[in-house]
Amino acid sequence: MTTFDGIDLHRRMVRIRVFEETAGRLSESARLPGFLHLYVGEEAVASGVCAALNDDDQITSTHRGHGHLVAKGGDFKRMMAELMGKATGYCHGKGGSMHINDLDLGMLGANGIVGAGVPIAVGAAFANKYEDNGRVAVAFFGDGSTNIGAFHEAANMAGALRLPVLFVCENNEYGEYTRRCDTMAITDIIERAPGYGMRGVIVDGMDVVAVHEAATGALEGVRSGNGPALLECKTYRYFDHMGVKGVGVSYRSDTELEEWKQRDPIRSFEARLAESGELSADAARAVWDEAQAEVDGAIEFAEQSPLPEPEALLVGVYNETGAPS
Amino acid sequence: MTTTEATPDARELMYLLAVSEALAQLMRADESVFLAGEDVGAAGGVFGTFSGLFDEFGQRRVIDTPISEQAIVGLGVGAAVSGLRPVVDIMFMDFVLVAMDQIANQAAKLRYMFGGQAKVPLTITTSAGAGLSAAAQHSQSLEALLCHVPGLKVVYPATPYDMKGLLVSCVRDDNPTIVIMNKMLLGAVGPVPEELYETPLGEARIARSGSDITIVAVGRMVDEALTAAATLAGEGVECEVIDPRTLQPFDTETVVGSVRRTNHALVVHEAVRFGGIGAEIAAQIQEEAFDYLDAAVARIGAPFCPVPFSPALEQLYVPDAARIAEGVRGVLGMNPVVA
Ligand SMILES: Cc1ncc(C[n+]2csc(CCOP(=O)(O)OP(=O)(O)O)c2C)c(N)n1
Ligand SMILES: [Mg+2]
Repeated sequence: MTTFDGIDLHRRMVRIRVFEETAGRLSESARLPGFLHLYVGEEAVASGVCAALNDDDQITSTHRGHGHLVAKGGDFKRMMAELMGKATGYCHGKGGSMHINDLDLGMLGANGIVGAGVPIAVGAAFANKYEDNGRVAVAFFGDGSTNIGAFHEAANMAGALRLPVLFVCENNEYGEYTRRCDTMAITDIIERAPGYGMRGVIVDGMDVVAVHEAATGALEGVRSGNGPALLECKTYRYFDHMGVKGVGVSYRSDTELEEWKQRDPIRSFEARLAESGELSADAARAVWDEAQAEVDGAIEFAEQSPLPEPEALLVGVYNETGAPS
Repeated sequence: MTTTEATPDARELMYLLAVSEALAQLMRADESVFLAGEDVGAAGGVFGTFSGLFDEFGQRRVIDTPISEQAIVGLGVGAAVSGLRPVVDIMFMDFVLVAMDQIANQAAKLRYMFGGQAKVPLTITTSAGAGLSAAAQHSQSLEALLCHVPGLKVVYPATPYDMKGLLVSCVRDDNPTIVIMNKMLLGAVGPVPEELYETPLGEARIARSGSDITIVAVGRMVDEALTAAATLAGEGVECEVIDPRTLQPFDTETVVGSVRRTNHALVVHEAVRFGGIGAEIAAQIQEEAFDYLDAAVARIGAPFCPVPFSPALEQLYVPDAARIAEGVRGVLGMNPVVA
């Protein structure tokens, strides 16, 4: 049994939840342009996995990428500014929600193309093995993403080259408005793993400790040169594919949503921490308040930030220096 | 030029509803037509373009596919050579790139490579264009890439009337066709006859007649060009606006005929200017009407960068009526209007 820092895991999850719920409110009042895919409900996955990583390990993400960046230590101010399309944002307003990233934190980007982050994680793992620097890469992706060629090619290549990469599937049972079971003939995503010579582990994605332990275990093997592994985290998104609503929709039932919410990753973990005496209700409250204050500060920062200047349009298409670093 | 035009007293319909109406009528008339794509079933497509089809035709003929663009188009190619008449949807035009092998190496070339034996009556629908702050991977206009591949036919309807008419022609055509819808036009309303009709492939439409300059505008730029033309009319300039409707095969005749009358030409599209379809159109004009031109053919397109997210930048990215009007003034040697 691995040890875990409950306070840290809790804090990561709360920060994601607060950021995402706030972003959702902002988008509902038309204060955020563009598409917004929120991570609410799935916080235990990014938090549990990223807590098992070193700071210089890398991750690739998806269209639902804010949670991964927050879990990796992302800065709320630059995130919020990016969501508002401001010059001070992570991508200087060029990318928005779907392309948010922080290369300094090893977060190689959210992605607008389903499955596209997976081969990129494999490439990062290749570089790490090539440099023999001990780092690992993690690819986060949805259940639906495992239906696309990029996933399969990347998984096979990682297996063939025994690359230090962990594949983390966030199985929330839907791809947009279509049920997973209508798009694949297997019961669990891990059934794909043996085909690529990988070990697959199913984990309760609503239990941050379980995710953390499974990730830590899998990463041990990955780090020691055993090749890739696949973690399937069973989870659920509370909101709609895009935006907030989520309830009263035709493609899934409110009962199903309620059942998952009963197992809310944060509330259940708080109960557990309270029971063990690690975190009192008051202390937990303070974590929420602190996160909210930070997000509020980020909104203020973002709103006061300038829009990109017109000249920015053509900046950054190419690396203009070309000098070896 | 075409004789099939919307009659003014026809019923009004939204661009996006013209899609589902055309498909429903085609599917009723021809059992071999089916629809496949991501979320095209019960969800009715993420833009609502396929609403009602699943209810009427059920899951045998309206197939919600996995997220597998390459296999979606491949499904269409295989089914088409096997005698069906598939319509497959690639949700965003950006994802066409994921399926490009099946589109460009397979669908486009099978007939030719097989010595003319295969028939690929496949229709691919997809949604293009910027304007929703959807950023670099959900906003592209990649029509030039597709037009460059021999074997494909490419249409880009600018009105609800042509949305329906071109889709019908594409589905009935025995070649692989691509129907590009523009996301910003989905809510556009216009006259659409209730019956099944075709807009012939390869025939441009003169959207506005004029004698001073020919503006060839693609997709969403047709409306912008018409707005510019209305402004310029107030300045005594009569623009002829041509909507090619089909980009491949291209109706050179209508465009060149117009330029021979107006002696000036401006081509405008939303795609990146460099290597855009406008470059081909401009080249054809100068090849076929060089002696008639009083000025160089001008082109307006997006700057050479990916589509930016921030609305502040995206606004600068997409050409609009003001830029088109400015372009016309430039071609005609008028003084620029400072806004
Ligand atoms: C190649 C490609 N096809 C389709 C889409 C449209 N799309 C965006 S998210 C999504 C569903 C993804 O489902 P999943 O991988 O399960 O992730 P989830 O949204 O459930 O987190 C789809 C179809 C896309 N972005 N890229
Ligand atoms: Mg999913």
